[in-house]
Amino acid sequence: MIKTDVIIIGAGPTGLFAVHQLGIIGLKCEVVDNLDRPGGQCIELYPDKPIYDIPAIPECTGEGLTNGLLKQIEPFKPNFHLGQRVEEIKKENDLWILKTNKGNIFSAPNIIIAGGVGSFEPRKLSLKEAEKFEGTQIFYSVTNKALFKDKKICIFGGGDSALDWALELSKSNEITLIHRRNEFRGAIHTLNEIRKKEKEGKIIIKTPYSLKNIEGSQTMTGIEIEQEDGKIEKIKIDYILSFFGLIMKLGPIADWGLNISNKTIPVNTETFQTNKEGIFAIGDICTYPGKLKLILSGFHEAALAARACFKKARPNDTYRFEFTTASKSIHDRLGLKK
Amino acid sequence: MPKITYISHEGKKNTVEVPLGLTVMEGALQNNIQGIDADCGGSMACATCHVYVPENWFNKLEKAPDAEQDMIDMAYEPKKNSRLSCQIIVTDILDGLEVVTPIKQT
Repeated sequence: MIKTDVIIIGAGPTGLFAVHQLGIIGLKCEVVDNLDRPGGQCIELYPDKPIYDIPAIPECTGEGLTNGLLKQIEPFKPNFHLGQRVEEIKKENDLWILKTNKGNIFSAPNIIIAGGVGSFEPRKLSLKEAEKFEGTQIFYSVTNKALFKDKKICIFGGGDSALDWALELSKSNEITLIHRRNEFRGAIHTLNEIRKKEKEGKIIIKTPYSLKNIEGSQTMTGIEIEQEDGKIEKIKIDYILSFFGLIMKLGPIADWGLNISNKTIPVNTETFQTNKEGIFAIGDICTYPGKLKLILSGFHEAALAARACFKKARPNDTYRFEFTTASKSIHDRLGLKK
Repeated sequence: MPKITYISHEGKKNTVEVPLGLTVMEGALQNNIQGIDADCGGSMACATCHVYVPENWFNKLEKAPDAEQDMIDMAYEPKKNSRLSCQIIVTDILDGLEVVTPIKQT
């Protein structure tokens, strides 16, 4: 069991800045995130899109912002527990006990939920039959390339993941790339490579088609794809790879007894505490009158929630407000040389 | 104020007034219209405010830019007349607009 002052759920920009604000006032924290890297929506949904409303930074990308925040919290050496989701929480005496789906257990007087719109999951195929073959013949990510060797593979999607995997797997497989419109979205270099492979007969491109039907009872033997005018084509295949991006699901947070309205958690704007004592919510996941879903609002919320955590983490100490420009103790925490 | 009609996948109509300048997505959220999730809050990053626009109205809308098309690729069962409602801004020309929400958004 890992004991700490605060457990932060969510490593998006708000969660990362919460690490900073806790570090500044001398509190320790552990960060849990379902993704395999920090950055949240910034890194997963728009790593390359410019952001123009971070104070004093006229323009940066989601990736740039994440890297900046990681650099800023380096002095506090936060522990990240990535690729795992907090499944349950319970209260024992005055401490919250958290358990992740990878079996990690934490104990702390405070929890800060900076969970955005929830945890990311791959968007699945809409056909009900797809469920039956998920994990055996239908995949939403590639973990074991060897499985596909010399097989007939259909790849659905028109973005980078679909294109990159089509190229990669076309080296030793027959690939059919299926997309709902004629245009693909990807780097020019990748698109050129795809067209080259198409000419060589290594990749068959079917557009504009979408998945209509899956054939086979025990084993998937083939699929039917359909154009919008109703034209249907049958293809024999062994595997489907589907890349339609990620969706966000609130997940287990919904079962923790927190007040939740419209997928957000109401908070008190003085402390950002939820209806549960010692559980705070900041960033996109919290709501209050006038709430703006801006990164800069998340930063403000992190600052106040961090101070509110101090009371429970250090019940015998008095919190003193200090400026980073002048405080010697903050300079020590930042590891500055005198 | 322009009237916007949100039609559920079952055909149930819900007509509300949406102030000029708001998006069709915001009009739905403000009026508790079911069927539009808008997880990303309108930053064109999630495709959970996806709607179908009947042809007579679809042609009155400005063409969807590439970035919106890319996002629609990710939506649940997109069609030729698919749009993201966060990118449709309500104007006087759109008074009477009808949009159909999909069976689900994710």
